[in-house]
Amino acid sequence: MAKKKTTPNENTEPKIGVYVCHCGSNIAGTVDVPQVVEFVKELPAVTVAREYKFMCSDPGQGMIKDDIKNLKLNRVVVASCSPLLHEPTFRHAVQEAGINPYLFEMANIREQCAWTTVDHGEATEKAKALVSAAVKRVYYQQPLETREVPVNPSTLIVGGGIAGIQAALEIANAGYKVYLVEREPSIGGHMIQFDKTFPTLDCSACILTPKMTSAGSHPNIELMTYSEVEDVSGFIGNFKVKVRKKARFVDESKCNGCGMCIEKCPWKAASEFDQGLSQRKAIYTPFAQAVPNVPVIDKESCNYFLKGKCRACEKFCEREAIDFEQQDKIAEIDVGNIILTTGYDPFDPTPIVKYGYGKLPNVVTGLEFERICNSVGPTGGKIVLKDGTEPKSVAIIHCVGSRDENYHEYCSRVCCMYALKYSHLIKEKTEADVYQMYIDMRCFGKGYEEFYKRLSKEGVTFIRGKPAEVTDRAENDEEKGKLIVVGEDSLLGTIVRVPVDMVVLCIALEARADAKNVSQKFGISQGADGFFIERHPKLDPVATMTEGVFIAGCCQGPKDIPDTVAQASAAATRVLALINKGKVELEAAVAVIDEEKCSGCRICNMLCPYSAISFIEEEEVSRINDALCKGCGTCVAACPSAAITHKHFTTEEIMAEIEGVLA
Amino acid sequence: MGAIIPAKETASIILEEGGNPLELCYQCGLCTGVCPWNQVRDFSLRKLIHRTQMGIIDFEDEDLWRCTNCYACVKRCPRGVEVPHIMRAMRRVIMEVGAGKAPESFRITVKNIASVGNPIGEPADKRMDWAKFLDVKTFTKSTEYLYFPCCYQAYDLGIQRVLRAAVYIMKKANVDFGIPNNNVVCCGESIRNGGAENLWHNLAETNIKALKELGAKKIVVTSPHCYLVFKNDYPELGGDFEVIHISQLLSDLIKEGKLKFTKPVNKRVTLHDTCCVGRREGIYDEPRFILNSIPGLELVEMRDSREYSLCCGGGCMGRIWMETKKGERFSDIRLGQALDTGAGTLSVYCPYCMLNFDDTVLVQDKGNEIEIKDILELASEALE
Repeated sequence: MAKKKTTPNENTEPKIGVYVCHCGSNIAGTVDVPQVVEFVKELPAVTVAREYKFMCSDPGQGMIKDDIKNLKLNRVVVASCSPLLHEPTFRHAVQEAGINPYLFEMANIREQCAWTTVDHGEATEKAKALVSAAVKRVYYQQPLETREVPVNPSTLIVGGGIAGIQAALEIANAGYKVYLVEREPSIGGHMIQFDKTFPTLDCSACILTPKMTSAGSHPNIELMTYSEVEDVSGFIGNFKVKVRKKARFVDESKCNGCGMCIEKCPWKAASEFDQGLSQRKAIYTPFAQAVPNVPVIDKESCNYFLKGKCRACEKFCEREAIDFEQQDKIAEIDVGNIILTTGYDPFDPTPIVKYGYGKLPNVVTGLEFERICNSVGPTGGKIVLKDGTEPKSVAIIHCVGSRDENYHEYCSRVCCMYALKYSHLIKEKTEADVYQMYIDMRCFGKGYEEFYKRLSKEGVTFIRGKPAEVTDRAENDEEKGKLIVVGEDSLLGTIVRVPVDMVVLCIALEARADAKNVSQKFGISQGADGFFIERHPKLDPVATMTEGVFIAGCCQGPKDIPDTVAQASAAATRVLALINKGKVELEAAVAVIDEEKCSGCRICNMLCPYSAISFIEEEEVSRINDALCKGCGTCVAACPSAAITHKHFTTEEIMAEIEGVLA
Repeated sequence: MGAIIPAKETASIILEEGGNPLELCYQCGLCTGVCPWNQVRDFSLRKLIHRTQMGIIDFEDEDLWRCTNCYACVKRCPRGVEVPHIMRAMRRVIMEVGAGKAPESFRITVKNIASVGNPIGEPADKRMDWAKFLDVKTFTKSTEYLYFPCCYQAYDLGIQRVLRAAVYIMKKANVDFGIPNNNVVCCGESIRNGGAENLWHNLAETNIKALKELGAKKIVVTSPHCYLVFKNDYPELGGDFEVIHISQLLSDLIKEGKLKFTKPVNKRVTLHDTCCVGRREGIYDEPRFILNSIPGLELVEMRDSREYSLCCGGGCMGRIWMETKKGERFSDIRLGQALDTGAGTLSVYCPYCMLNFDDTVLVQDKGNEIEIKDILELASEALE
């Protein structure tokens, strides 16, 4: 329970100081501040009422502190802007002068009055009502104490792509423990699937694998691959997480990554890593540079699991690392902070029937094209058609699934750039003509516009217009056997028919299919577009509304690698700041159950959105964990025995506030 | 020549007349690519929209009268721009503000509807004459369904057979229906979409009053245009009726076992989806269900079916009252698609589609190869 600290003036009659701010002309331009001050002086228990141009300034705050000292004030009301802006400022000021910060109240006469009322007379009357409400309320406010809890210095990072790896390395290098959980058999995410990256044309694997190796061998990073988070409970500084380590059927401690099992396995399945363009074995690592380099047996394609015969891998394994009896394991870990770096899913363009994906051969998605270009991909890095021949012409269509109300309204940010990249790779590896069908060219980043210029010089034909269809119905001999991209060239104002051999669709980046599930598990929100919501779109892009849970990378919204790495480092920094502080302050305005009155009905248990209330069987009462309680007030309103009090929002305080407004 | 100066006042008049979708267009050109007009001539729909955004509109332009409400552009537009609303707004400026002149034949239609309440120009009291010898009762408050026949089908001897088929089927299925009296008037779809907004309001108010006096609650229509107007436009004027297209009614009756097809109709049939209730309202399955329920009937799909169906050339937006040059008729292309399926029957469920295809069959002399039949005709053949 909170400990009561005696402060001067606490047990005496309330003596309220009221300060009405001009805020330059923001308030004074509409509200007659002197009139409000005169009105306030007449209110009961008001010792002093003053006005000032800028209450939040040093002299303004000084005025409050001096009055507290000289006039022995024990309650303060400031009528100014939104508490979201300056409540902490003034709470701090009164605290410095020796008053409990919860004996302070703000009346918002700017955002909720001066800025929203046209008539000056009406605004002044409203300001009087708001200040009167605050004065009446503060009379009943009680001193409250905030509590501090320690922060566990370990961190959980969910998702082992570039964002997760970057964040993990930042925190691990600072000397703290990281659990990096990844649900695929290897870390690397989507970035390891890419060929070259724009605008520098760095080979993706070349820049990523050193980081992957670092993460895989770092003494402070515990890599949990082929694992998924099952359950999260707790609060900032003190999370308890259950992680399911799925059975690989290979003993990680014995396997040396020799690859013999993979070589000898006779069973195949479509390779997820190659986007279905090639096959992998039933026992496999997703790609050659996998970290960890320990294979996994896929039960759905392994003949032993399906029909009970084979076990070739076991026969040939010199280390006896194959274990068909292996079970999933649940690991329980304690961490202080969580960073979600779960990435994105590529959009499936099959519903866009007119583009022929899935029906016409040689219509491929961006990610499939990456694999085709990649030297260890399904075609050994050769850009070829399904029949193995080289294309003589390629069309690249922008905005497939993006900027389209019928699929995703947002722009996926990276497609214009990777379209340019593909143009370059095609020109580098083949003699093919390249056409780009675009609506706009979005080349916003460092070196991006210059890259566009470079590509213009490489002989790419840019056609401005969103194609209506990709068809194989030839209208003349030239079109026979080709894929024809039909659409309006909006700059020419005529329909064009462009016969090509291959069409690459620049597909949208969309939120992961299980994003809803993940958001619920970690207690964060999704936006309408499916991506996780940041605390503030401009000023706080890596934090969420849940303290201690951060997001970074494409799970927050589509972005390129530079921005992903920046966000990952930012999230890591936030975590390190908390670890460094070592403790967190818990909000004091929480709910508390009077156990004498509690009837044990448990209605509150089920209503709490933060799972903060538990039922104590032996005592037959419910009890609130004040570390988890966010003070939402739901249980307070619902309790049929009126056994729950909301500190700093008591019935007395609220009724007084209402009286003040109505008077 | 010289530089073009945007005319924002003109643009704002279009916006006021209901052309606000204009503001959303980001000029990607997809609409031009899907507009069926580009299969018969050059028509940059996108450019027309941009000129309208700038207010530089030639109100004498033929292009303003091309839209058939086929909704192909609306369905694929990445910004969801409702192009027909923009076209309608421009036509309002022409018809109501007098900025230009509508095509001659359309103006005659408008006059007809204004004077006698039907586009054919026949006397209003002959509206229900088609039912004279059919033993159909007039709707009263206790009748379940009001059957509202299309003006064109009611007055035109060439396609009246569709109404007779409808009546025949509903009687066989013991549907409790009645026809309205002669107080009702044209639904006015071509009037509203042709820009004669004030006339349309009068028509609608007259009709809603007449329908309410009759006590109509559920209205069954054979024309997709009546369907659109009653369902989407009447509610804002106080006409709240439950509107059912006849294919939906028959589909339900078959499912409930109240309508059974007993006589085989051994034909290979292909179905033309009507734009305004297909692409626009999503009614694809009901007509197919009816045809598939007819014994002996083999249903084959044309190459562009359902939401990718090619418009017949239009009846909507008043196109049926306007002249379409030879060589620019979508129904010619569409009939070719029908013939490609090897079907001997092209079935439709709209009077305007029927008129367009009848015309094409005649002009191309394909009467020996393919017949045009309404679904209702095929259904009634299976009932004898």
